[in-house]
Amino acid sequence: MIRLSSADTETTGTDEEETEEVVETDEAREALLSEITERLGDGIVAHHIDPGHDLIIRVANGAWAEAALALRRSLGFDYFTYLSAIDWLPSPFGRSMDATVDLAPSEDPAEAAEPGPIEHGLCGGETRFQVLARVYSTRRHLGVTLKADVASDDDLSIETWTGTYPGADWHERESWEMFGITFTGHPGLRKLYLPHDFEGFPLRKDFPLLARQIKPWPGIVDVEPMPDEGDGGDDSESGGEET
Amino acid sequence: MTAISERRQLAYIAAQASDARVNVELETEGMTLNMGPQHPATHGTLRIVAKLDGEQVIAADPIMGYMHRGYEKLTEVRTYPQVTTLVNRIDWLGSFANEVPFILAAERLMEVEAPPRAQWIRTALFELSRIANISLFLGDMALQLGALTPAFYAFRDREFVLNQIESATGGRFHPNFDRIGGLKDDLPKGWIAETKTAMVKLRDFCDMLETLVTGNEIFEARTRGIGVIPAEVGLSYGLSGANIRASGVDWDLRRDQPVGLAWNEIDWKVWTHPDGDSFARFWVRLQEVRESTKMVDQLLDGLPSGPIMAKVPRIIKVPAGEAWVSTENPLGEMGYYVVSQGDLVPFRVKIRSASFNNVSIVPWVLKGVYVPDIVTILASLYFILGDIDR
Amino acid sequence: MIDPALGTLAIELAYWQETLIKVGVVAALVPTAALILGYVFLLKMMSFMQSRLGPMDAGPFGILQLVADGAKFLQKEDIFPARADKWVFAMAPIVVLVSTMLVYVLIPVGPDLVGEAVDTGVFLALAVSSISVIGILMAGWSSANKYSLIGGMRAAGQLIAYELPLVLAVVGVVIQAGTLNLQGIVAAQATGEIFGWGGIGSPFILTQFVGFFIFMIAVQAELTQTPFDMPVAESEIVGGYQVEYTGFRFLTFFLAEFGTAFAFAGLAAVLFLGGWWVPGFEIDSPWLNVLGPIVMFIKIMAVSFFIFWFRFTYPRFREDQLQALAWKVLIPLSLANIVVTGVLKVVF
Repeated sequence: MIRLSSADTETTGTDEEETEEVVETDEAREALLSEITERLGDGIVAHHIDPGHDLIIRVANGAWAEAALALRRSLGFDYFTYLSAIDWLPSPFGRSMDATVDLAPSEDPAEAAEPGPIEHGLCGGETRFQVLARVYSTRRHLGVTLKADVASDDDLSIETWTGTYPGADWHERESWEMFGITFTGHPGLRKLYLPHDFEGFPLRKDFPLLARQIKPWPGIVDVEPMPDEGDGGDDSESGGEET
Repeated sequence: MTAISERRQLAYIAAQASDARVNVELETEGMTLNMGPQHPATHGTLRIVAKLDGEQVIAADPIMGYMHRGYEKLTEVRTYPQVTTLVNRIDWLGSFANEVPFILAAERLMEVEAPPRAQWIRTALFELSRIANISLFLGDMALQLGALTPAFYAFRDREFVLNQIESATGGRFHPNFDRIGGLKDDLPKGWIAETKTAMVKLRDFCDMLETLVTGNEIFEARTRGIGVIPAEVGLSYGLSGANIRASGVDWDLRRDQPVGLAWNEIDWKVWTHPDGDSFARFWVRLQEVRESTKMVDQLLDGLPSGPIMAKVPRIIKVPAGEAWVSTENPLGEMGYYVVSQGDLVPFRVKIRSASFNNVSIVPWVLKGVYVPDIVTILASLYFILGDIDR
Repeated sequence: MIDPALGTLAIELAYWQETLIKVGVVAALVPTAALILGYVFLLKMMSFMQSRLGPMDAGPFGILQLVADGAKFLQKEDIFPARADKWVFAMAPIVVLVSTMLVYVLIPVGPDLVGEAVDTGVFLALAVSSISVIGILMAGWSSANKYSLIGGMRAAGQLIAYELPLVLAVVGVVIQAGTLNLQGIVAAQATGEIFGWGGIGSPFILTQFVGFFIFMIAVQAELTQTPFDMPVAESEIVGGYQVEYTGFRFLTFFLAEFGTAFAFAGLAAVLFLGGWWVPGFEIDSPWLNVLGPIVMFIKIMAVSFFIFWFRFTYPRFREDQLQALAWKVLIPLSLANIVVTGVLKVVF
């Protein structure tokens, strides 16, 4: 029996050490960012560092595949975590839950579809759809989340990552069928989850979730007062689960 | 000189041509074997369309989606606390472990931190669900290879763990116990002692499997060298967890990506195996179960006292922001990219489940193996359909 | 030829009457044997090995469970796959069952208790037992199902590969006994001596232990029991050639499988364990017609125990590993065994 193991994990304990660690990884991410900037130059549009947790970089649409290549080949980001997309359009059906914000479910869903202004998240963006992906380096123990706009609102396309990370194959198929984003150069964009004759792109915000349209979620309306209302600790504890 | 080499070349071409003629005459037609969606080896509804030459696989194409429940869409109409009931059902054998990264992501966005006792109990329950999950794998792997008996032992001994999860959380399979800011309840009385007894039983189970299964010549003949995944290939496909540790990558998110749980406070080690074959994957998981039982013991010994809930508002509204949290789940890296726009409901949740990536390597790894090895490899990659289809 | 079993009863019967009785006995024996093995080993022993109780509700300790199952099978609809070759599909289980029944005819359980004492009994028994391959191939091919086809092909390849070591392992016994007659082999063991001591005769397992070892492995493969159950491999090809069978026809396969296990255990008992002879009795003592069946039953159950013990313990081989084991290990080993036996026979 071969017993192989890594070095025993050090028991790192106290809070002080943890805070130190936070500062340290933060520096590591700064250094990483400058390394990536060196490779990609103008390809980087924006970046955001969540100290101790994450580095988010937004690259230009044209630099998407190049970014993957640089990260894998030059910077040692060997592990492909995921690839997906975001539709930044505010849901035309309201948020289904928050009584003050929610739009009343209309008889005709098309009529209610009056989306507000698009608010992009971290690192901004210009198109309604954004692609995001994450890679990780098992040697540096750091991960990078990459974002990119699609080519334009009319042309939902971006380069494929399958050449660099073969694991991106299924993720791109999923993003294609769920959002309608085309990955140029992908070997076979077929439906992954959905039936082959399915029409529509379910994860787009303007794709109605029919179950909700037919019968609105009772949500917050149903909350009964807690028996021991006003008791500080208990209240906060059990409050979260009832909404 | 030239003449000789030319003649050789001509002879070679002639031989090639006659070979080709024979091949055309005797050409065999490939057979397409459809495994699943209802097939005992697919743990649910994965379907594998394999093109066979005899019993050798030429190409294999997994088809899924028979159980796609659209969780990413559904999370957009659930409040944050309600989402845990959904994500519970992603990897249904290790449900509690699915809740944790989501809750942690929400906590990070809200800048709330659960009190230490809650973190320790979370970690303990996380490891218990790992044990419950992987111990079933250990029996199932042998079952897929034709040995009936270990599966029953696995079901029997998993019950001890499920009982503990049930008595602490109220749910055997879907605890739904984790809350933003802490836990629903504290541990019941006597739970710690009972859990330690259960852990002893599970360690016995591991020892038994080590003699019963890994020492078996037929088992080794069926798994050694079957489905070898080199580390580099595995990583580029996004393999994680024990699958990639079995390829010699010393990487465990519990150690390498601290998310605030108590893993860094206890003494444990990451097991790896250099071979990258089916046997290595089985072996690494076996060691991990044993390691987890020891971790649970330590976690219960060092359990700090104090509250189990932080102060959180009664109605949870998560400030705008984006957070990625992933943990080392029983099946591999499971993470959530939560995008909030300051609402009661998440704006978008990208669920990164481990099995989806783990199975995406199947077309690569199944090329050229025999039909029985399909079963071995699928079993050793260990996926849960809910974790693929989400 | 007058059947000795009936001769002792001093009743004169016409040939057709004798035959009818024999057919009736064999036809009743096969399902009974299958039920006994199924209950004792498949239901109960397996359950105990797997830390569970097994069936407990039908009859005391669930002894009627298989009867209930059989009744259930009989009620099922008789389904033919749409593209099946109906005649072949229907015939296949019967061919398999007949092959099993023919073995029963040849196995002696007492000095006079044998269906048909044939001079070439050993080879006839092994030959008729391999007819089942044809039935399995028929089932695999006619089901019009790819899993069935793979299962049928695997079964054919496997049974042919293991027929050879099976026969070759028995050759050692035949050389030592000097006869192919199963009664003769029992007599040879009964009259044998272990270094001059004839108290328990000389069961061939002592001298032919290599042969016994090979024989049991080959039997395991012939019966398609784990670790050689690739033709049915539930987790790979979902039951193989049986996948399209339901109801009565599936029951027939089940009966044949366990009936054959019983028959091969009987052969092993006769060839290697001394057969029906009980130490202390003359070889032609009429008491052995009473004690012989009991002794044989005990021996058969002991051998079956090992067959099923392996079945519940081991994982299964891959098809190519199985062939390698047969051709590269078992056949050379059995040939060596024959040579050694022959040389020793000549020398001593």
